[in-house]
Amino acid sequence: MMSQLPSSQFWLTRPFGERATQVFLGVLFTALLVVTVLHVALPQGSPLHVNAYTVNLFGKYLSYALLAVAVDLVWGYLGILSLGHGAFFAIGGYAMGMYLMRQIGDRGTYGHPVLPDFMVFLNWESLPWYWQGFDMAWFAFAMVLLAPGMLALVFGFLAFRSRVTGVYLSIITQALTFALMLAFFRNEMGFGGNNGLTDFRELLGFNLRSNDTRLGLFLATGVALALGYILCRAIVTSKLGRVCVATRDAEARTRFIGYRVERFQLFVFVVSAMLAGLAGALYVPQVGIINPSEFSPLFSIEIVLWVALGGRATLYGAVIGAILVNYAKTIFTGVMPDAWLFALGAMFVLVTVLLPKGVAGLLRKRRRAVESDNAGTKEAIA
Amino acid sequence: MRRFLSWGFLCAVLLGITLNVQAQTGPDTSDNDAALELLEALDVDSYRDKGEAITAILQSDDERARDWLQALLDGRLQRADDGQFVVVLDNSGREWPVADALTNEPLGEMSRRDLDRVGINNALRNQLRSAIAVVDLYSPNLDRRRISAERLLGEVDGELLEPINALILEEKDSQVRYRLSQAVAIYRAEQGEMAGIEALTGSLHPRARVALSRAANGDDTVAADAARAALASVEQNLKINRGVETLYFGLSLGSVLVLAAIGLAITFGVMGVINMAHGELMMLGAYTTWMMQQLLPGQPGLALILSIPAGFLVAALVGVAIERSVIQFLKGRPLETLLATFGISLILQQLVRTVISPLNRTVITPEWMSGSLIINDALSLTINRMVVLGFALVVFAGLMLIMRRTRLGLEVRAVTQNRAMARSMGIRATRVDILTFALGSGVAGLAGVALSQLTNVGPNLGQNYIIDSFMVVVFGGVGNLWGTLVAGLSLGVINQVLEPWAGAVLAKIIVLVFIILFIQKRPRGLFPQKGRAAEG
Amino acid sequence: MNLKKQALLGLSALALSVSFHASANDDPIKVGILHSLSGTMAISESTLKDTVEMLIQQQNEAGGLLGRQLEAVVVDPASNWPLFAERARELLAQYEVDVVFGNWTSVSRKAVLPVFEELNGLLFYPVQYEGEESSANVFYTGAAPNQQAIPAVEYLINEVGIERFALVGTDYVYPRTTNRILEAFLKDEHGVAGDDIMVNYTPFGHSDWQNIVSEIRRFGEEGKSTAVISTINGDANVPFYRELANQGIDAADIPVIAFSVGEQELSGIDTAPLVGHLAAWNYFMSVDTDDNYDFIDAWIEHTGNEEAVTNDPMEAHYIGFNMWAEAVRKAGTTDVGAVKDAIIGVSVPNLSGGYAAMMPNHHITKPVLIGEVQDNGQFDIVWQTPSTVAGDAWSDYLPGSRDLIADWRKPMECGNFNVVNGSCGGSTATEEAEAALAE
Repeated sequence: MMSQLPSSQFWLTRPFGERATQVFLGVLFTALLVVTVLHVALPQGSPLHVNAYTVNLFGKYLSYALLAVAVDLVWGYLGILSLGHGAFFAIGGYAMGMYLMRQIGDRGTYGHPVLPDFMVFLNWESLPWYWQGFDMAWFAFAMVLLAPGMLALVFGFLAFRSRVTGVYLSIITQALTFALMLAFFRNEMGFGGNNGLTDFRELLGFNLRSNDTRLGLFLATGVALALGYILCRAIVTSKLGRVCVATRDAEARTRFIGYRVERFQLFVFVVSAMLAGLAGALYVPQVGIINPSEFSPLFSIEIVLWVALGGRATLYGAVIGAILVNYAKTIFTGVMPDAWLFALGAMFVLVTVLLPKGVAGLLRKRRRAVESDNAGTKEAIA
Repeated sequence: MRRFLSWGFLCAVLLGITLNVQAQTGPDTSDNDAALELLEALDVDSYRDKGEAITAILQSDDERARDWLQALLDGRLQRADDGQFVVVLDNSGREWPVADALTNEPLGEMSRRDLDRVGINNALRNQLRSAIAVVDLYSPNLDRRRISAERLLGEVDGELLEPINALILEEKDSQVRYRLSQAVAIYRAEQGEMAGIEALTGSLHPRARVALSRAANGDDTVAADAARAALASVEQNLKINRGVETLYFGLSLGSVLVLAAIGLAITFGVMGVINMAHGELMMLGAYTTWMMQQLLPGQPGLALILSIPAGFLVAALVGVAIERSVIQFLKGRPLETLLATFGISLILQQLVRTVISPLNRTVITPEWMSGSLIINDALSLTINRMVVLGFALVVFAGLMLIMRRTRLGLEVRAVTQNRAMARSMGIRATRVDILTFALGSGVAGLAGVALSQLTNVGPNLGQNYIIDSFMVVVFGGVGNLWGTLVAGLSLGVINQVLEPWAGAVLAKIIVLVFIILFIQKRPRGLFPQKGRAAEG
Repeated sequence: MNLKKQALLGLSALALSVSFHASANDDPIKVGILHSLSGTMAISESTLKDTVEMLIQQQNEAGGLLGRQLEAVVVDPASNWPLFAERARELLAQYEVDVVFGNWTSVSRKAVLPVFEELNGLLFYPVQYEGEESSANVFYTGAAPNQQAIPAVEYLINEVGIERFALVGTDYVYPRTTNRILEAFLKDEHGVAGDDIMVNYTPFGHSDWQNIVSEIRRFGEEGKSTAVISTINGDANVPFYRELANQGIDAADIPVIAFSVGEQELSGIDTAPLVGHLAAWNYFMSVDTDDNYDFIDAWIEHTGNEEAVTNDPMEAHYIGFNMWAEAVRKAGTTDVGAVKDAIIGVSVPNLSGGYAAMMPNHHITKPVLIGEVQDNGQFDIVWQTPSTVAGDAWSDYLPGSRDLIADWRKPMECGNFNVVNGSCGGSTATEEAEAALAE
């Protein structure tokens, strides 16, 4: 699966030596630059002008792409089909949302200095303990990673230790996100129930209702995606990554060789959950609301489709898949809303039956075909 | 609860009826002018005047009186633009068939625009219901008398005592007699009379308990003590009844879970195929029931029974189509199967939305499945759920028979345990796959038929059950039908026991978390499969 | 990430991109429709889309507005709340619509609210909701709690003689707020004891009501006449009413008064177990006026479905649309600022034979009707308020909002003005609420 790599290099910088990573980063940064230039430099009337709405939309796609990368890390390289990654995404989002709520301060409709509006009118007397500290950016940002990380750690520890694998694991991850969805829907939980958290004003002092902040968030998401991608690439190309792949392909055998499989699984699972949390945290200020529907099992399964469509175990495929599906969703629900679920359902079926390697597989096949073609011509010339 | 009745009015009614019964005078039905006058009096603005008009109708000798009152109660007594009083026979749609209120002759259809309803309010409605009930006490129809007697509990006062005591002497049916004397006793107990309290001792009826607790707070200490003792004596009995009720609720919820999960236990447990479209197969079963009821209007019961084979067939055929078109290509790749069948579930849902309607469909509960089976005054069990519980057990027993006693069952078990070996023994594995999947899907269809009697029939029906049913199968132990039965029933009971204490949402969350933790402890469920099959 | 630099760049870009947009007179007026056409809310919302389209068509047939034709711009937020915000931005920024009719759930309204305020759009929201909100950019044509819940309870107490109340609802913000208001109202205004109020919340789509119904039955068996006030949402209603009927509770024993069950919901269920139960709305399809019959005929013709029903939110759109059209005529322009000023005080006929007026707090006046379910899926109107009731954005029965009022006329122009300290922003209301809690 993995190509031979120089082992002397430091593991984190190793991905920069790979061609796929170089191309990916090149494309990503070019895209970021182009969108920025078209948005900032061109006047609004110009046909090539990218307006704030579109920038915002792209920012959302990029945060989905980061989420897809996180899912691909566990599914592609560890063989764990998590149907509950939406939960980590949502928890990261809620952590960010709580910070943004606290930033509103006394500018809410009731003007309460501490309590968010929904707590005032549902008669909360004081801030619950788990809301403490979220007024500080560093704490909130740490929780964006730590809260999903902790959940993944506890859940993963229990699951991997008792060797719950395969379909069973998929089903209980689904149950996990379903249980969390029910819990967050409860108003007693203190997360705003079905209405969730909304009416955000500013992030680190930047007004969230200004187009420049939107551009900034778009770029920040792009950079986070690049960093997340490099981190994942570094993990999968390291020794640890190879043990992971070995686990995916033959868990029992790897265990018998002497690897403590569950530790590797746990580590990668937690990293993936944190990345999902980060994606959620970047998503929330861009869409302006976080509510329990992000926990819905349907959403989590949809993420897996992005990865499957793009091509499992490639990472860049996940990014392609996330952007493609979500773009298609934007188009379809705009043009023919009734057809969207048909299209989505058909995608699930066709991708798994006809395109098991996804778009990335197609790309690779093409490249290989071109290469062998070239080789053939060279030989012919020689 | 107390109803707002004018006792004077009731007594007048009673008196009038008694006189009527005694005099045996046949009313003059041809006297339509007088009848029209009676009805005219109803069409006034003041509800008080309407109340008096109702009394007047009751006291008239007209034998159509009960029909008029019933029509008035149902809102079907209306007045056309030309002043004619009509009874609406069927008020669905925009054009309504009507009949003349006086002659009962059908008058064809009339538009809503041309009709004005004779309006009543809730006070009048209660007055009408009580009046009809009192009239019915003298009815030759036993059922009507029983319902009336039941309604009189807690409604008797001093003026009604005499006529009711007279009725008790004349009444032949012991149940009606018992109810009437209870009604009298309730009145007596509320007055603080020892005779009443003694008569009510041991009664579980809520009205009796209300009367006793009123007596317990009365001034007469002797009577109050007696009332308290009477209340305490049924306390234990009530608790047991409550416990039985909760258990029944739990088993009933459990039976729904078992029905939803048992088809899955076959496709997932026995074949190892993850079918996320299982819920949608249930949905198709439910829609089949709706379709059957559309095909057989007016016979919801027959339609429901016919839906059992029909629902099975429809779901099984769709299941076979899914197996042939998708699942067979994904053999041995369970995670991919999961994704593909999830896609199919989305397509099926949207198909139903587009072809039939995004709105829920009306499925009628047949008469014999409505209401409750009354065990005693404090415990009654709902019949529809009892039918579903029984149905679940029958389906389970049927499946067990198929798996244990038939050739198909033997072949299925053989193919599951060792596909290659089974094939070399001459078993056509592909055929077995198709049949097994058809069986599992068909059972999902049966579950849908049952669910149509309990919940909404709509495109989302399946989605609401899919996670629960997977949980049941995994909790019970994959590949074990007994495990599914035990898991489903016990999860249902746990849920219902927790619910009053924790609330519906929290109960559900607790059950989910419990299962997640349980799987960590015993990854193969309650009844793990043993031997070779377990390694698959 | 150098955000400051971005900010500077952005500023220069803004300076460059001064809008040259000037509407020519023959340009159509764009009317945005923001209702879910797919997903779980499509059942309720897609009919509202059709309603607005019908109203636009009628307006165009009558010559349009200001001599211009109207054009509907329909987008589908797919029952997904973040998508609502995205689509709202698309309507306002991309299509530059002049007005938007849309939303059903509270959460979707909360999601789009910041977008409408930022881009200064106009939103007409047609569904009954929990109140506690008044935005400069939103017009609430559905009922506030004082236009539905409170009159309904007064009806139960005064006309039916109910003494005990079971408040049963789905666990989301509308039932929570409504029930809190009702609890305070019952205790403060009618002296109902705490023991005589039972509150219960269930999740969305709850289907197993056995325990709760048996609890309600016992609650009602204690010698006082009891009613259920239901804020149960959507799909959970059918199993609830079925369970009630099966456990032998009919409308004469314990009437249920629902705030979210209308003609549309009834059209998908077997009404037999519901007959006699109540609903409180501001409009019923069975209202006996010529305007209503014309509306129903037009609707049936528009949908081509003989069985099509009309309901309360449709009437709200009917009123909202006509109010907007009237305000545009009055202002002589579709400019958002001018229309917002012009619309306050505008009064148009409703479908129940009266008039609806836009109040300064962006809510409207409505009659309150109580209807009883009949076996044909329609409501028999058994009671109605003698006059219309003005919508109250801030409830008088909640400590936090008691002192707040909304008035969008100049010079106040405030959605949460605190009458105690005379400032916009309501900051002392909460201190008082805290003091009240401390007591």
